[in-house]
Amino acid sequence: MIKGLFRISPGFEDVMPAEYKELVTTGPYGREVGVSDLGTFKELIEEHPLCAGCAESLALRLILASLPNPEDTVIVGSTGCSSLAFSQVAVHNIHSLFGNQNAVATGLKRALRLRFPDKVKDVLVIAGDGATVDIGLDMVMQSWFRRELITTIMLDNEVYANTGGQESGMSPQGAVLNMAPLGKKFPKVALPEIAREAGCVYVATISPDLPRRLGKVVRRAILVAREIGPSYVQIFCPCPTNFKFRSAEVLQKIRERQKEGTFQVREYVSPEAEAYLAGLEGAKQREEQ
Amino acid sequence: MTTQQVVAPEYLFFEAERERQFMTGSEAVAEAVKRANIDMAISYPITPQSESMHLVGDLYAKGYLKEYFRGESEFAVMAAVAGAAMGGVRVFTATGGPGTLRAFEMFPTWAGARLPIVCAFLTRAVNAPLSIQPDTLEMAFMLDTGILMFHAENAQDLYDMVLKAFVVAEQTDVHIPVGVFADGFFVTHTREQVAVAPADLKLPPYNPYYAPVPVMDMENVPVRQMRDPFVMKSNFISYAAHASWQQEILAAQERARKHVRRYLGDLLDTEHAEAPVLVMAAGTAVSQSREAVAAARREGLEVGLVKLKSLRPFPREEVRVLARQARALIVPEFNRVGWLSREIKSVVEDTTKVIDGPRVFGGMTMPPELILAQIRRCYA
Repeated sequence: MIKGLFRISPGFEDVMPAEYKELVTTGPYGREVGVSDLGTFKELIEEHPLCAGCAESLALRLILASLPNPEDTVIVGSTGCSSLAFSQVAVHNIHSLFGNQNAVATGLKRALRLRFPDKVKDVLVIAGDGATVDIGLDMVMQSWFRRELITTIMLDNEVYANTGGQESGMSPQGAVLNMAPLGKKFPKVALPEIAREAGCVYVATISPDLPRRLGKVVRRAILVAREIGPSYVQIFCPCPTNFKFRSAEVLQKIRERQKEGTFQVREYVSPEAEAYLAGLEGAKQREEQ
Repeated sequence: MTTQQVVAPEYLFFEAERERQFMTGSEAVAEAVKRANIDMAISYPITPQSESMHLVGDLYAKGYLKEYFRGESEFAVMAAVAGAAMGGVRVFTATGGPGTLRAFEMFPTWAGARLPIVCAFLTRAVNAPLSIQPDTLEMAFMLDTGILMFHAENAQDLYDMVLKAFVVAEQTDVHIPVGVFADGFFVTHTREQVAVAPADLKLPPYNPYYAPVPVMDMENVPVRQMRDPFVMKSNFISYAAHASWQQEILAAQERARKHVRRYLGDLLDTEHAEAPVLVMAAGTAVSQSREAVAAARREGLEVGLVKLKSLRPFPREEVRVLARQARALIVPEFNRVGWLSREIKSVVEDTTKVIDGPRVFGGMTMPPELILAQIRRCYA
């Protein structure tokens, strides 16, 4: 974003919505803010319509607070619960169809590299488990095979939530859901392992129960995708609405699953990505000292 | 690569001296692409389209395009060109037949998102049974996707229409995709003389900030901007928003008429339009009809020819006026369903004048004798 582009034109101060004015004055553009600074700056997401206690909405807030370059980030979403929040997000974002997010992001990223060769434009895909692992898996994996410089984030709520609770490839084995009336017959798809084999240089699984770690993971995934290769982050956000537990128990649920080993926090960094991140993070530490 | 000079579209189309070259339809696509100042092309193989996108790849290798790659399927390619168009670049792709249907969900999305993508559809039969042969059935499906549709009769048309399609598509008051259709094999794999502008001239670049919708580059405000937001709440305002958006795409098609007239000459061409019997056709059916009309006129039969170049927008008024003074309209087609005769019947006042056919399909050629026999029956 050209510096100074994002401001209120003189004479329009009184007609612009309050939240937009706040974005201009205390938004995160061009500032070094992160998860730890939440509450001190205007967040990119405003009054989303997701359910009370939705872990996805919390994950989304944390992701958006962790963008290293929000003023030059474009997000591609897909159909599903998360997409309902995107009209409330203050960076340019695209909804095209269900499942084609990584193909759209491929064209977008290459277009932005052509138009802005001297500028970093981060392209981030944020989609649900159905969009990523079922209907869109082909295009997700092909973008990794081609080593597209994009970050793919899956919000794994283990179900097609927006369409009313149907089994997805990420539902736990045995889960009784719509379209799996006798329980799901196969285990969760091992997408992190697939991502690694398919060419992602950075792969992580995380949950919103660990906000700072989530922020760091998202940041790292975006940074490596600028130069080294594609990255994949899988965020565990179980759905209270469809799995029928209390809204207030979402984080507790995540901890229980972590305890029983059905959700694990993991990180894979390729040697090249490791060296790149060490360079960046080392430089930042030296700056801070 | 030749160093190219940007010239006004009007100069490139109408004033620059043209050289005649002997080439296939696929080569004509590439000659148009060479002069179209395209940023990015994305390809996926399917017969009979593949050769055209091989040649576009060669142009990329020579530096005429800035970006080119093979996608993983037609659906993914059409999604990727949508992403590229939303990122503000001029894009091109091509497909045909089963590829068109594989990608189908993307076409109304292109139109709805107001993306000025140009796609060549080099038509082919649709399964099952599988066939790679020419047939224009896929065009029946495409008529209501919201995209503009031009139908090339030959390689010359294909060259002209692909090049001109960018200029029509990118008009601020249009800004919707254009499909340039040509009958596979009959046009793509046959050679003819094609008059082309000098290769050192090209169209002006696309300026995404002239678009009626925001480009997704975080370089224009407001930044709280979604392409394309949902209008799916169960309330009247949502219904009205969706309905008015759909109407706006149709309105953009209507506004395209003046640009199509300016650049393509007109939406249709006529020969002997005053004749009481008219043969109305599009694509290579026009060539076959022209032969039949010439033969009939040698026999002293009063018959004329109408070549429809633009199917979207459809030359509604033009066809209605022509039909008014004729007593029979013969509509030869290269498909089973007869989408062109349906279109014509939907606009003429007396549908009993419309003669459905002759039709061939599944890859068959259409002997002019079939059309001639129909003309003779009109005079029997």
